[in-house]
Parts: sequence; structure tokens; C-alpha cells
Amino acid sequence: MWKHHQKLERHSLLLVIGILVVVAIGGLVEISPLFYLESTIEKVDGIRPYTPLELEGRDIYVREGCYLCHSQMIRPLRDEVERYGHYSLAAESMYDHPFQWGSKRTGPDLARVGGKYSDGWHIDHLTNPRAVVPESVMPPYAFLAKKELDYRDIADKLRAQRAVRVPYTNAMIANAAKDLEAQADEFSSDGTALKQRYGPKVNQRDFDGNPDQISEMDALIAYLQMLGTTVDFSTYKADAGENLR
Amino acid sequence: MVHNDKDEVTGINTTGHEWDGIRELDNPLPRWWLWIFYACIAFAIGYWILMPAWPGLHGYTHGLLAKSDRAQVAVELKALRAQRGAEGASLVNASLEQIEADPKLQAYALAAGASVFGDNCATCHGAGGGGGKGYPNLRDDVWLWGGTPEDIEHTLRVGIRSGHPNARMSQMPAFGRDQIVTPDQVNDLTEYVVALSHRKANAAAVARAAPVFQAQCSVCHGPAGLGNQAVGAPNLTDRDWLYGSDRASIHSQIWNARGGVMPTWEKRFDTATIKALAVYVHANASGK
Repeated sequence: MWKHHQKLERHSLLLVIGILVVVAIGGLVEISPLFYLESTIEKVDGIRPYTPLELEGRDIYVREGCYLCHSQMIRPLRDEVERYGHYSLAAESMYDHPFQWGSKRTGPDLARVGGKYSDGWHIDHLTNPRAVVPESVMPPYAFLAKKELDYRDIADKLRAQRAVRVPYTNAMIANAAKDLEAQADEFSSDGTALKQRYGPKVNQRDFDGNPDQISEMDALIAYLQMLGTTVDFSTYKADAGENLR
Repeated sequence: MVHNDKDEVTGINTTGHEWDGIRELDNPLPRWWLWIFYACIAFAIGYWILMPAWPGLHGYTHGLLAKSDRAQVAVELKALRAQRGAEGASLVNASLEQIEADPKLQAYALAAGASVFGDNCATCHGAGGGGGKGYPNLRDDVWLWGGTPEDIEHTLRVGIRSGHPNARMSQMPAFGRDQIVTPDQVNDLTEYVVALSHRKANAAAVARAAPVFQAQCSVCHGPAGLGNQAVGAPNLTDRDWLYGSDRASIHSQIWNARGGVMPTWEKRFDTATIKALAVYVHANASGK
């Protein structure tokens, strides 16, 4: 056996194939169980796909690189749970493609920022972070309020999400633009249909305080205000064996 | 790979490789390195047995120690509550007056409240509670919705225009934007409000606005403009202005009628934390 080793070492193509096989074993063992193991994602009540407006907001979050300074992952550590709330569950990012866990906190974790501050605060803060948090080093995003949201391809975005198994229904895709407009207007008569499709807890209001247009600010705040709010923790058994990791 | 190709100087076999006349000695691996390598392999096997390691078809090997970060954090949180001791527990049952009357309990509530305030409330109300434009100052004795400890606790629980079913609700009409009064009347009312707060104002405009104020504004702000905490209507005769005291700010407020939102904290905090916060905010605001 040891003699054959020489053959492998002296033949570059054989060596490359050999390396590939060894690395693939590591990948197979670490990655492939995540595709078939049902116990990876906790069974919880309340998780739903993003509404079209939230999905647009999420795209802006990704576009502006918010994940570079903000994580969305409350680790099961005492001080993090004390500060941010219940540790993040796998189920909470099951419809995130790609997930926004982040790896660095220049700003605070945002996994449960939904409902923590008012829309007005988010507007003030995104417009000029230092107006409300004097020591902040966050850049201002005032232009979001002026920039009209371009949602011509929202139905396609939902379709793309469905291709990676986010359970958007045909009705959700057919009404994507209508649902988006309804969510940004608390007086919209289409709000009932929106809540039938996405659940009664969906926030429906004019997020950016300007009823005349649906801006990128509307979308981003709609996204921020739902982060971490969907899981019904009253029915979640954190100490049940299948939920321990 | 054994070569009988001994290097003459050192007496050690070479690997048989040769480049430009330079040959490589075939020294054995350093022993310290080799033993650490074996120890790592032994450690890995021990780790597989003790810790969660290998995926299977329906789950994974939990290991003999069955270690769980999630179970661990639950234990640590329980220990934290125990460490907070009797004070933390008795906050839940004590009334706010009892907390304020008991120096030990009060000191505990103030410390706990200050810590929670810094992380959650200071974001809007400022470090120390000084407030800002649109965010009420919590250090003075001017209150929109009442400043007794019970009022503060209730506001913390349900929030203001927060979407909570029992939220404190009020909505000033947008008198200008929604054309409830004419633009000229908004101008006059601005002068009237300036006069209410004991400042110099155009007397003719004030006289013209007086009946409009009584018809439109006095329902909430009172006939003398002293406000009404039951509906969150601010006192217009004092020096405390949420959205600015100059004429442009007052005009803008009559025209557009903004109203801030305070989130509900009932779901985020437990009872002890909300009570500690109420005691802290009350004490911070000269206790009135």
C-alpha cells in the first residue's frame, strides 16, 4: 500500500482526483445530512414567507450591505439572550435565500428588531443615524425615502423564491404587486386579502410617513419591523428533546 | 520508498530525489510532532464518543455527555435569576408604591431599570432620557399620558399608537392638510398658540383665532390650552414642545398633526423588568 502512495504523489492528475475524493467525503458528511434530516429545522408555529413588500425590503437590506455590520443571529449565550431576546431558531431563517446571519457586529444584532422601535424612529435613524444615536458610526440612508420602489419584477422574485422551495402559492404570485401596494397603505381595501394570504400579524401601514409614494424606505422598514416577530413562542417548547441542539 | 542511498556526511539515507546535485535527507518526523499528531487522533475519537458529532439517517449521535448549548443557556438564565435573588422575585408582587417605599427594593429596581433603559429606551429618549424632537423628555415633570408610576407602567406595557389592542391612542386631526380649517385660520391659530405660551403674538390674529380654538382645539387641549393627559393632549401653555416651539414648527404641527409611536414592551419584558423600568423612569423624572 505504501508503495502505491508514490504513484499518487508523482502523478499530478491522480493527486488532484485523490484530493477531490477526500474533500468530497468531508463535504458529504457535513452538508448532505442538512438536506434530508428533518430534525434540523424546529417545528414552530407562525413562520411564513416574506410578503412582497418585505421581500423588496430584504433585497434593499442585501443591496446596501447591511449584513456587513449587522448580524441576524442571536446565539444561545446568556448575555445575548438577555439583551436581544430568545435565541434565533433555524426555522426563522428557513425562507431566507440567502440567509442574513452575518458574521460581524459593528451595529447591534437585528434578529428581533421588529416592533422594538417605531416606524418614525427608523425613518429618523436611517435618514441620519446620529440624530437619534449620537455615538453611531452608521452611514446615513436618507436617499431611500426619496427613491421610489421599483417593484415591476416582484412576481418574478416570488417565483425565483419558489424555485428554491419557499412555499409561495399561485395566488401569492398572481397578486404580488397588489399585495405590495396594499401593505404600504393602511386604508387599502386589499389589506384583507393580503392578511388572508400571509396571516393576520402582517403590518399594514404607511411605513415611511409619505402616503404619496411607495419608497425604498417603506420596503426596508416593513422588512425590519417583521424581523423576529413571526414565531409563536407560546407554543414552542424550548426544552423539548427534539429542539435541543 | 526505501533507498539504500546513504549520505556520506551525515550517514542518513536520502529520499533519492536529486535536483541540481542537491539531495534530500530522509529524516524521520520529529518525535514531539508525531506524538501530538497521534494525540489529536485520539482526542478526535474521544470527542466523537462524548460530544454530538456524526450525522445519521434520522438524526445524529448525541454523544455520552449529550451536550446542548440551548439546554446550557436555559440553565445559565435560571442561575442568573437566582443570583438576582429575592429582590428580583419580589418586584413581581410588590406594588410600585411598595417598591419606592422600600430602600432595598428601590435600589434594586433603579439599577435594573437603568440597565434596561440604556439598552432599549435610550435609543429614542436619549441616554439619560433627555429626549429629542418627537421623542418626549423623560427627565422633566411634563407628561403627555400621566407621570404617576402606574401611568408610566401602563404606557410601557401597551405603548402609544403601538398596535396593541389597549394601546394609548389619540390622533390630532391634520387641520390644514385635511382642510378642516382654512390656511388663514391655521396661521391665526399658530399666533394663538404662541400667545398661549406667554410669548408675544399678533393680537389681531389671536382675536380671530379664539373662536376657532374653542371650536376645534379645546375638546382635547382644554379651553385654556392646559391639555388633557387622559387623551395625551399636551399642555400648550408651558415651555415644553415635542415638535419645536417656533412658529414654523407649531404651524407644521397644526397643518400635518404628527403623533409619535411608542412600541409595546409587554411581550419583550417580564413583569419585574417593566416595574423596574417604571420606578427608574419615575425617579429619573423628579418623581412627579
